[in-house]
Amino acid sequence: MSDAFQWLYSPIVKEHFTNPKNVFDPDERFEADAEGVVGNIKCGDQMMFLLKIKGDVIEDVRWKTYGCASAIASTSMLSEVIKGMPIRDAYSIKPSDIASKLGGLPENKIHCSVLGDKALRAAIDSYLEKTGRAGAFKGEEAVTICNCLNITDKDIEQAVKDGARNWEQLQEATKIGTVCGGCKPRALELLHEFVHIYGAD
Amino acid sequence: MDKRFVYMDYNATTPLRPEVKEAMTADLDVFANASSMHEAGRRAFDRIEKARSSVARLIGAQPGEILFTSGGSESNNTVFNTMFDLGRTATGRRKIVTTAIEHPCVMRAAERLRDEGFPVAFVGVDGAGRLDMAALGRELDPSRSEGGPALLVSVMAANNEIGTVQDIRSVTALAKAAGAFMHTDAVQAAGKVPVNVREWGVDYLTLSCHKIYGPKGVGALFARKGTPLDPLIRGGHQEGGLRAGTYNNQGILAFGMAAELAMKELPRYRERVGALRERLRSGLVAAVPSIRVNGHATEVLPNTLNVSFPGAEGEAILLSLDLEGIEVSTGSACASGSLEPSHVLMATGVGPELAHGSIRFSLGRDSTESDVDYVLEKLPPIIARLRRMSTVPAACLEA
Repeated sequence: MSDAFQWLYSPIVKEHFTNPKNVFDPDERFEADAEGVVGNIKCGDQMMFLLKIKGDVIEDVRWKTYGCASAIASTSMLSEVIKGMPIRDAYSIKPSDIASKLGGLPENKIHCSVLGDKALRAAIDSYLEKTGRAGAFKGEEAVTICNCLNITDKDIEQAVKDGARNWEQLQEATKIGTVCGGCKPRALELLHEFVHIYGAD
Repeated sequence: MDKRFVYMDYNATTPLRPEVKEAMTADLDVFANASSMHEAGRRAFDRIEKARSSVARLIGAQPGEILFTSGGSESNNTVFNTMFDLGRTATGRRKIVTTAIEHPCVMRAAERLRDEGFPVAFVGVDGAGRLDMAALGRELDPSRSEGGPALLVSVMAANNEIGTVQDIRSVTALAKAAGAFMHTDAVQAAGKVPVNVREWGVDYLTLSCHKIYGPKGVGALFARKGTPLDPLIRGGHQEGGLRAGTYNNQGILAFGMAAELAMKELPRYRERVGALRERLRSGLVAAVPSIRVNGHATEVLPNTLNVSFPGAEGEAILLSLDLEGIEVSTGSACASGSLEPSHVLMATGVGPELAHGSIRFSLGRDSTESDVDYVLEKLPPIIARLRRMSTVPAACLEA
């Protein structure tokens, strides 16, 4: 409304939302070495990353997204961050890294920022596959969520890919949270995130 | 055009109209407890009763059938709470029949009764948001549906998101034929289309003051003389013992004035605001390719226009418009903090893609042609920009 009143999100989010960097333009004839698409339009967002890679370093990047302001801003920020970065480093960027670079996102908008890095990893995975190194970076960044049963974020991701959509189904698939239960809050967050990415059927 | 401020979210709430604001300021000194026996108390009580008559007139009711509450949510909850009380006792009727597009306060109140063991049916709507009357008939016929004879039918008079207006008279006829009580949430209908409890034949009707240019925090429940009512708030003799709590003098007096003005201006409002809506609708259809106008073409509130912009996401559209000084709302999940888009749009069968890309423009008595033209100037480039960076091609989702 008035200029003095702060916008809904941080000034950095506003800048990247109104002037997003590295957006794909079909007229530009961007010749990508790798492409990754993730997301589910049913959940309201979908993301595509295109990468130019030389000597395992990201030379240039373009992206497109169907998503909200936070999704647009976080993808724009991510695209800036990974320019000139070795693909191995880019592979391990987390949504929280991007959110903090944006000056923070509200709690309920964090899930909007989780697609960018997934699309980026999908693009890098496709590049690795193309260059005969399929799955080379996989598992490197797995984080243990349930210490009792040594269940990682990757296990939760896989369970969701295999069809788990709620806590009971996740427990059936992984036995997570059946010992001390201390991991449940974090595991539920991840479940929420992955269901968001891989679709709610 | 320079940046300006264009409010198009009148279904969310309306500003105080100047006459009401002025009267409220003067009435700030009407402080006495309207339940007191002294003169100041009786004066306040008298004013409140006059306001009750004004609110009653707006909907064709008798003053004694109007109960002042804190707002629409309380009025709706009072009805469902009464049904909870009735359903647990002798009548043998427990089934609640409502719709898939009600305001959340009705949805949650109905779900609470379901959790308490009441059979609850949410009747669907067609693509334009009109109630499926055949399905309603089935739900009211114990030989063709589960749950036994119906206790209550609750159908909103007009929808807040898409503006579709229901044929409450016909719904009431079905409800009454089945021996059920009939409630309608007329929060969005009042002041925008004719509302008459006698013509409709309803037993209960919900009103809210802040949707008709009065203050927030005050509403009303019409309960036809002789229908049961169980107080949601106990502990006082106010409102005939049906709603405890010291009278909200300023709110109630303002509600009376707002109701009088709404009634007086209704024909002019419908004509003027309806023309603005049409200007916006036809302008958007002409200026933005591949859009879908949601809701009913004719049975719709004169002020409400809900449009889906496939390929662009609703929160991104809303915030882009906000940066231009235009204030609207969206059915996108991204604006709600959940992953679920508008239950109303989903019930009309548009699908999540169109629901996420929906924007509700709700006009009001202060809206002008230049407000509409400003939106028509600012919105097309916003949609074009978002679509250019979108993975979802607009054409693929064309309705």
